[in-house]
Amino acid sequence: MTAISTSGLTKRFRGGQLAVDHIDLAVPHGSVYGFLGPNGSGKTTTIRMLLGLAFPTSGSATLLDVPMPDGAARMLHRVGSLVEGPAFYPFLTGADNLARYDAEDSTADPATARARIGAALDRVGLLAAARKRYRNYSLGMKQRLAIAAGLLRPRELIILDEPTNGLDPQGTREVRALIRQIAADGTTVFVSSHLLAEVEQICTHVGVMRTGQLVFQGSLPELRRTGAARVTVQTADPEAAAKVLAGLGLADAQAVVADGAGHGCAEASAMLGDASPEQVCAELVQAGVGVRGFAVASPSLEDLFVGLTGEGFDVSG
Amino acid sequence: MSAAEMPAARESAAVPVPRVPSPVRSYLRFYASELRLVLFRRRNLLLLAVTAVFPLIIGIALRLAAPQPQGGNGAGVAFFNQLAGNGVFLTFIALSTLLVLVLPVVVAVVAGDSVAGEAGYGTLRYLLAVPAGRTRLLAVKYAVIVTYALCATFIVSAVALAAGAALFPVGPVTLLSGTTVSLPAGLLRLLFVTLYVAAAMAALGAIGLAISTLTEHAIGAIAAIMILVVTSEVVDNVPQLAVVHPYLPTHWWLSFDSLLRAPVDTTALLRGLLSLAVYAVLSGSFAWARFTSADVTS
Repeated sequence: MTAISTSGLTKRFRGGQLAVDHIDLAVPHGSVYGFLGPNGSGKTTTIRMLLGLAFPTSGSATLLDVPMPDGAARMLHRVGSLVEGPAFYPFLTGADNLARYDAEDSTADPATARARIGAALDRVGLLAAARKRYRNYSLGMKQRLAIAAGLLRPRELIILDEPTNGLDPQGTREVRALIRQIAADGTTVFVSSHLLAEVEQICTHVGVMRTGQLVFQGSLPELRRTGAARVTVQTADPEAAAKVLAGLGLADAQAVVADGAGHGCAEASAMLGDASPEQVCAELVQAGVGVRGFAVASPSLEDLFVGLTGEGFDVSG
Repeated sequence: MSAAEMPAARESAAVPVPRVPSPVRSYLRFYASELRLVLFRRRNLLLLAVTAVFPLIIGIALRLAAPQPQGGNGAGVAFFNQLAGNGVFLTFIALSTLLVLVLPVVVAVVAGDSVAGEAGYGTLRYLLAVPAGRTRLLAVKYAVIVTYALCATFIVSAVALAAGAALFPVGPVTLLSGTTVSLPAGLLRLLFVTLYVAAAMAALGAIGLAISTLTEHAIGAIAAIMILVVTSEVVDNVPQLAVVHPYLPTHWWLSFDSLLRAPVDTTALLRGLLSLAVYAVLSGSFAWARFTSADVTS
């Protein structure tokens, strides 16, 4: 069972720009799904279509097995969301703003509204600022109020679009802790970000967008496996080491002579492939190569992410 | 967040939906929330206050000018002459004067702001994600516009009636047709006149709602509504364009003077109400078609 699934979901703007290009999302129930991609890669447009705010040009989407956007009014009360930054009436207090959204929910029980609003504010640490006007909130408080709006009722799915945007490191940590808590309740969390580092600690699954296309989707271990590990040997005799590595059938074996003269700090490296590091190390010793250091390194998730999304400003095609 | 709350949350998530209020009740709650928001917003309160001041100014000015009965002060509106004899006529003078510009502005501000304002604040996407439901949101927005228009119109009548009673003699009402009816009968006619004016403003509110769905800028929507009103009034005053006059949105607004004749000129009144209804229905349909099919991009 998937909490969110889309099939060939596509959005072409009136100007002709293809914002979202045939994406097939599959967000498992109970997962914390990181929806990643640089700014302008189509994440928010996708979320708008998931929530029935925008209508797809083609393709379909279902949220909690209800087709969107037709089912929007019927089922969105089961979904909490933060889309493209918080938005509230500046002249109302935080609590009044939440009360307004709650009053608009046809399935919310008015008898429990006050208690639910208090609990949601408490959960994001805004209880003390409940009676303060929204216009006097700091950016972090605004963001947290928007998350509180998503928590007004028990939800099966929470969609958070860039929840840490504009937050300081402390605020970012708080949001992360909150997401963990929400996920611990059994709620599926779909969180978008342009920074992998921000979500990698909390996500179980990721989808990576690039110029409107979903270029990767899977669990974090699956993403890691797409990056090939490399073995690096520190030795005084890099040529000999490289020869041993090549002899073991490792690809791209090369000797790197350190430029820092006099340190004797040269290395050889190769792709690890299917070989086991233990075997490689044993072979090196057997061949009489003096091993000073031995390391197997996979590219960091960040490197993989950048590899998938491209670097620099050429991303928004 | 206490740990004790979490299991509770999980339990209630397991129960499908706890205590869903009836549709009527949820509509009323939504309506009450929107009405509070619109009515108690400082800007809108101020507009109502300004609206209330106009009948006072008009009353005082007319009192100071001290028109003699049958003084023949070339005013275009028929009831100026009647005022000196009866303070009740201040209400008709105030309504017909404010109907030209002030009441339309007041209604245009609230109607133009209704959807465009939400889009401008970005709250529209959250209202729809709540979910308020697009049709439901539109219906409640319109109900609030109509309520506000009713408030504005009745404030004008009430203040004008009070000022008229304070500044001029009050007694049996001599109608435009020359017949005299008792004061209670006159007040009943005043009630109908006020309701007719409110209906005109409600129709304008529907036009405003439709325009409001077209933009994210409330001020643009408000300006567009006013341009429409003024254009219609100008065209209505060009005799050469008489052929289009009956179809103008503002043409029948002043037809409430039919209610001040005996017998009441029902033809003009019904044509007026028909015109208002047609405008309201067409605009409402347009607003609905547009709002339920447009992407919310704000």
